[in-house]
Amino acid sequence: MAKKGDIVIDIEKCKGCEVCLAACPNDVLAIGSEVNRKGYRYAVKVNSDCIGCANCAVVCPDAVITVYREKK
Amino acid sequence: MKELRLMKGNEALAEAAIRAGADAYFGYPITPQSEIIEYLMAENPEERTGMVVLQAESEVAAINMVYGAAGCGKRAITSSSSPGISLKQEGLSYIAGAELPCVVVNVVRAGPGLGTIQPSQSDYFQAVKGGGHGDYKMIVLAPATVQESVDYVKLAFELAFKYRNPIMILSDGIIGQMMEKVELFEQQPRLTEEFEWATVGKKPNKDSVIVTSLQLQSEEQEKVNLRLQAKYREIEKNEVLYESYKCEDAEYLFTAFGSCARITRKAMEMAREKGIKVGLLRPQTLYPFPVDAYRNLAGQLKGILTVEMNAGQMVEDVRLAVNGQTKVEHFGRFGGMIPSPEEILNALEQKIIGG
Amino acid sequence: MSENLITPENLVYKKTKSMTDRILHYCPGCGHGTAHRMLAEAIDELGIQGETIGVAPVGCSVLAYYYFDVDMQEAAHGRAPAVATGIKRVFPEKYVFTYQGDGDLAAIGTAETIHACNRGENILVVFINNGIYGMTGGQMAPTTLEGMKSSTSPRGRDVKTMGSPLKITEMIAQLPGTYFVTRQAVHTPANVRKTKRALKKALEYQKLNKGTCFVEIVANCPSGWKMTPVQSNKWMEENMFPFYPLGDIKVPEK
Repeated sequence: MAKKGDIVIDIEKCKGCEVCLAACPNDVLAIGSEVNRKGYRYAVKVNSDCIGCANCAVVCPDAVITVYREKK
Repeated sequence: MKELRLMKGNEALAEAAIRAGADAYFGYPITPQSEIIEYLMAENPEERTGMVVLQAESEVAAINMVYGAAGCGKRAITSSSSPGISLKQEGLSYIAGAELPCVVVNVVRAGPGLGTIQPSQSDYFQAVKGGGHGDYKMIVLAPATVQESVDYVKLAFELAFKYRNPIMILSDGIIGQMMEKVELFEQQPRLTEEFEWATVGKKPNKDSVIVTSLQLQSEEQEKVNLRLQAKYREIEKNEVLYESYKCEDAEYLFTAFGSCARITRKAMEMAREKGIKVGLLRPQTLYPFPVDAYRNLAGQLKGILTVEMNAGQMVEDVRLAVNGQTKVEHFGRFGGMIPSPEEILNALEQKIIGG
Repeated sequence: MSENLITPENLVYKKTKSMTDRILHYCPGCGHGTAHRMLAEAIDELGIQGETIGVAPVGCSVLAYYYFDVDMQEAAHGRAPAVATGIKRVFPEKYVFTYQGDGDLAAIGTAETIHACNRGENILVVFINNGIYGMTGGQMAPTTLEGMKSSTSPRGRDVKTMGSPLKITEMIAQLPGTYFVTRQAVHTPANVRKTKRALKKALEYQKLNKGTCFVEIVANCPSGWKMTPVQSNKWMEENMFPFYPLGDIKVPEK
């Protein structure tokens, strides 16, 4: 079974470009309905299937995502 | 230690660049100044002092290489002649805007366009008014001898770093090509200092250094402009250089810079022999212009003749300086023609005394 | 069951230190930010933040010096390789890079690009090719594809009157002065990781004094291409990559 992971999204930096959505293997991310101070609808976590692969963070043009993965 | 040599103006200037402790020369050949890069290549200062010499692909590239080296806090110099100096104007504006020190030599030839390779002073406006886009000034040094070509290189680097500003040595085809006896100053050490404004690699716990002339906010750009203007006022206060000959009893005044001043001095002597009380004022800095020197003399003068190898450029600054207190006329030869002392004296008699 | 994984020992990926905390001014989904970050990561993995001097261009990445936390100089349009030459010649021990777009590198700065590479200046040239002038609002670039619409080729690039898209990277690879020439992209996790490896290799090569390293990154311009970021990445794969194929073009001889 894949390891468990988690992400932290810096919502004020997110521009809602959706590039991370396509990169996630487990559909963890979606664009929410709330907007940040710049008026962008930002990426949010919609399930707990994150495996900490960091694909979302790697393709994020705005360095918005920090990734954690359990150590085992 | 005094070292006397008989040297061509361009070669002496190149030797002075090595001796001034320059870190880098970037240039591109153009007549009548190619001896500068040729001398440097032959002399191989990389071995003598560690100075870099590079032939660039264009004048544009050369001035931008100067920008890069100057941005690292190094003594960088380039040289060219009129058409090539036009190409450098973009880079000079950026250097002035980013407040970097550098030395640019213009061995002026006649224009406009490709013009002729013969000497001229027709780049006066371009040099003293800034030349490129935006409100900026360069200190402009105008050598009249091979000796001054040498001494001004050292001075130019000092001023460049004192004010973090481009300095132009405005020579011409006569000064560049003629041979004279010259006393060379001793080898100066190259810079070892690391300047806080220079890109030398980010220091831990310090902000990174950014060399730029870009300001996106008008408020910030205006602050830059005000800072530059304050610097130019300081330069105008501190750095004026000129020479005057026989001005004490003068009723008339010749004024000329660079090679033209040498010929005009002969005309002055001829006029004196005829009993005409004429002096000569030779600006050595064209910017800052010796405004007060003209203003102080204006009251005693019946007229001023500017002698220039152009169609009348410095004459405008002389008129501004005396502000109507005395008559100011211009005599010039251009297109590479050099005025004779006789025709200068004749112009004084026709345009000023008899005019 | 809901144990907290967000602890320092579990950290696997965060913004690298040679990227500043400033919010990037680039449009949503633009590849510039990712390209910046990969270069910054390469710098940090090599531990050369304090020995690196970058040169920013004119174009969208004119403000690159806000985002790279290294000493940088802003060059006039197209002149970055000349500025980098000036820096590298007085500081041969430092790591010097330029970061340039297609208009800057392949149009107005063609001479500086070719001659710096031909001299084999020991610098890294990072070339962002998105086939358009983004900063000025989507005009035709030297790399705009045949038939591609832009604000100055509104009926599509007509190669008879506007010239053909310029494969400057292939040209550069012909020069004896270049040591490593590659074309990469930053639109998928795999491509991003490859790009970083290429940039890191290029910086490592700089120590060898073997010549210019040139890394082209084919990138999207959602605003200029008038597409969503995700659409633009797909369009890039379908249209840009066939003409600008990814991969190494010149690799050091073993």
